[in-house]
Amino acid sequence: MIRRDAILFAGLGVLVLALANWFSVPYTLQILVNAFAYALIALGLNVQWGYAGLFNFGVMGFLMVGGASVTFVSYPLNDAFWSSDGPFMLFKALLAAIAGGALIWGVTRMPKKGNLAKLRGFLLVIAWAVAYVVYRSQIDPAARLIEAEADFVGGLGLPAIFGWVFGGIMAGIIAYIIGKICLGLRTDYLAIATIGVSEIIRALIKNMDWLTRGTLTVSPVPWPTPLPADISASGVASPDMAILLARSGFLAVVMLLVGIIFFFLQRAYEGPWGRMMRAIRDNHIAAGSIGKNVTKRELEIFVLGAVLMGVGGAILTSYVQLLDPSGYQPINHTFIVWVMIIVGGAGNNYGALFGGIFIYIVWTISEPASVILFSFISDMSDGVGIGAIPDIESRALQMRVFVLGMVITLALRYAPQGMIPERVRTQEG
Amino acid sequence: MNEFIFFLNKVIISGATLGSVYALGAVGVTLIFGILRFAHFAHGDMMTLGAFISFMLVGIFQSLGIQTPLPTGFIVLPFAMAITAGLALGIDKGFYEPLRAKGVKTVTLLIASIGVTLMLQGLIRLFAGTATRSFFENESKDLFRFKLPIEGVRSINISEPQILVIVTTIITVLVLHFFLTRSRIGKGMRAMADNPSLAQVSGINTASVVRATWIIAGSLAAMAGTMLALDVILKPDLAFNIVLPIFAAAVVGGLGHSYGAIAGGFLIGFAETMSVFNWSIMFRGFDNLPDWFPKDLSLVPTEYKLTVAFIILVVVLLVRPQGIFKGASS
Repeated sequence: MIRRDAILFAGLGVLVLALANWFSVPYTLQILVNAFAYALIALGLNVQWGYAGLFNFGVMGFLMVGGASVTFVSYPLNDAFWSSDGPFMLFKALLAAIAGGALIWGVTRMPKKGNLAKLRGFLLVIAWAVAYVVYRSQIDPAARLIEAEADFVGGLGLPAIFGWVFGGIMAGIIAYIIGKICLGLRTDYLAIATIGVSEIIRALIKNMDWLTRGTLTVSPVPWPTPLPADISASGVASPDMAILLARSGFLAVVMLLVGIIFFFLQRAYEGPWGRMMRAIRDNHIAAGSIGKNVTKRELEIFVLGAVLMGVGGAILTSYVQLLDPSGYQPINHTFIVWVMIIVGGAGNNYGALFGGIFIYIVWTISEPASVILFSFISDMSDGVGIGAIPDIESRALQMRVFVLGMVITLALRYAPQGMIPERVRTQEG
Repeated sequence: MNEFIFFLNKVIISGATLGSVYALGAVGVTLIFGILRFAHFAHGDMMTLGAFISFMLVGIFQSLGIQTPLPTGFIVLPFAMAITAGLALGIDKGFYEPLRAKGVKTVTLLIASIGVTLMLQGLIRLFAGTATRSFFENESKDLFRFKLPIEGVRSINISEPQILVIVTTIITVLVLHFFLTRSRIGKGMRAMADNPSLAQVSGINTASVVRATWIIAGSLAAMAGTMLALDVILKPDLAFNIVLPIFAAAVVGGLGHSYGAIAGGFLIGFAETMSVFNWSIMFRGFDNLPDWFPKDLSLVPTEYKLTVAFIILVVVLLVRPQGIFKGASS
């Protein structure tokens, strides 16, 4: 932290205070909760892109995994599901999936060279087809039954904090699978592949109605801290005060979590592990030649980043208390995170933290700001006789997409290192 | 026989239409990758932009009272292509060229193209709103029915936009082939895609090659976007949703390889329509089918149509990362 960074963070604090003055305090708290969740996600991407140079354009997929996981863990139990045949049929589907996986695994163990090599490829295709058919034959009736009798599987009714942890774990597991497949690819290919995977995840979560209720959405997902209603029930008379206390509680938990994770990430970055990662990022061939296992380290860091994204996605879903798979868009959930770390400064955790909070605030206030701007222009054009601008509200909403694009192109051109650039400490310095 | 014609209508015709649009888009993506070495994510929005320009031109044409035998959206295509090509050049001048001049890594260009995507999307929605529109509000969309000379057999249905898409794509591919193999600048493009530094020292004007690339990519994007909007409907996220299958097509064909992109486009198009097709319809002709025979034999449910492209993409990346044809390396 040097003085310039401290000034930037102080400026951010002033901006937040101005927001609290302009809007209301509870609304500012809401912005801050989301901003800190995005800061956590930006830290995750910073680990992947800033530390290791991995091009992950599938942030949205991990956020969705986190959101669906927290819903599954913390939503109340659905008795209709547990008393039906659903669990047993799902168990059978799981067995089918395991059997299919074992078949594929068995075929992959065949020798890659020699006379059997051609046969191996052929058998692999057959094995995948058989596994797919067997799995579909079990999961389809199970899904139909659950949707007909119990709507969806419901949740486990555990505290939301477990859901956040589970969201991180699930995102990590999925990242491990994706990383195993895709990490050998070069930058552009990796970008396309991760976008593809995140779209597959979106399609699955949106359409697996038996698990996530799909487009019907699940709510209310519980909070880890008392809800405004609970606080009112415990004797706080004013509803405004109850909302204020509840949101402050949620914000405190999120800030504490971000603080702890930030501390450890910073320690790791400054330690030997961080140096090794930067070496791999800057020249993976040289790093490999001094005995670093490049593939394994990259996989490790890809999983670590994804875990943070999963937790962040879980926090976002917990806060709005709603899992809505159609609400996830690449712009709002992948590209915005990229803007955050490009503007903030890739490779520097302070930069990611700053960028995450700052860009989220810019994103949120650019809508009301453009309504004001448009109304102003509209009044002017009305005054000179051209006529007013129609549908100001819906158009202004689009303005923030444009602002986001403008910010990223300008940042790349004039401040490619970001507001708080990466600073590598050397022996001399 | 009925089943076969149903298959023809559902799979072959719609697959060829979809494949044509993918192919036109993928050629642009692959040319930009070959010459400038970055995945141009804003290509989908350039397609949407082209479609909206066509729509505006149609409005102008109709207000002038010009009547045409073909859909007006098709007639205005050359103008829309020219305008979009100009805009593509402008986008390059404004956003990519300054970055290239600074000598940044190609990854930065990729991120910049995301920024351009967002700006284009914001602008399109800002001016056109979020409503869906149709090119056929004031004229009819013709549907041709070809009756086969057999009694009691359904007809082969193909709509006017579908014929236009397929025919135009074939012509465009031929023109592009002759351009790349016969013309001076086309040969320069191929040389630069193969080896940029060798191309430069052998006296090829790389600046004009880059310009030609943007002109071709922009006009093909306008063509693909307009065709797609003619066939389906015009909306602000028209092509953003298909930019990923287009990338899949370009990668499957080998990034940087024009013919590969065309093949990849049709491959993805047919794969998508075939995998959601209910194959059990083909067996309806047999009278004595057993009861256990499934009613639904589609490979994937319709809502997973888009994922087919990615599964193909991932498999190709794993098994043959350079694509069907060997692509340019980055």
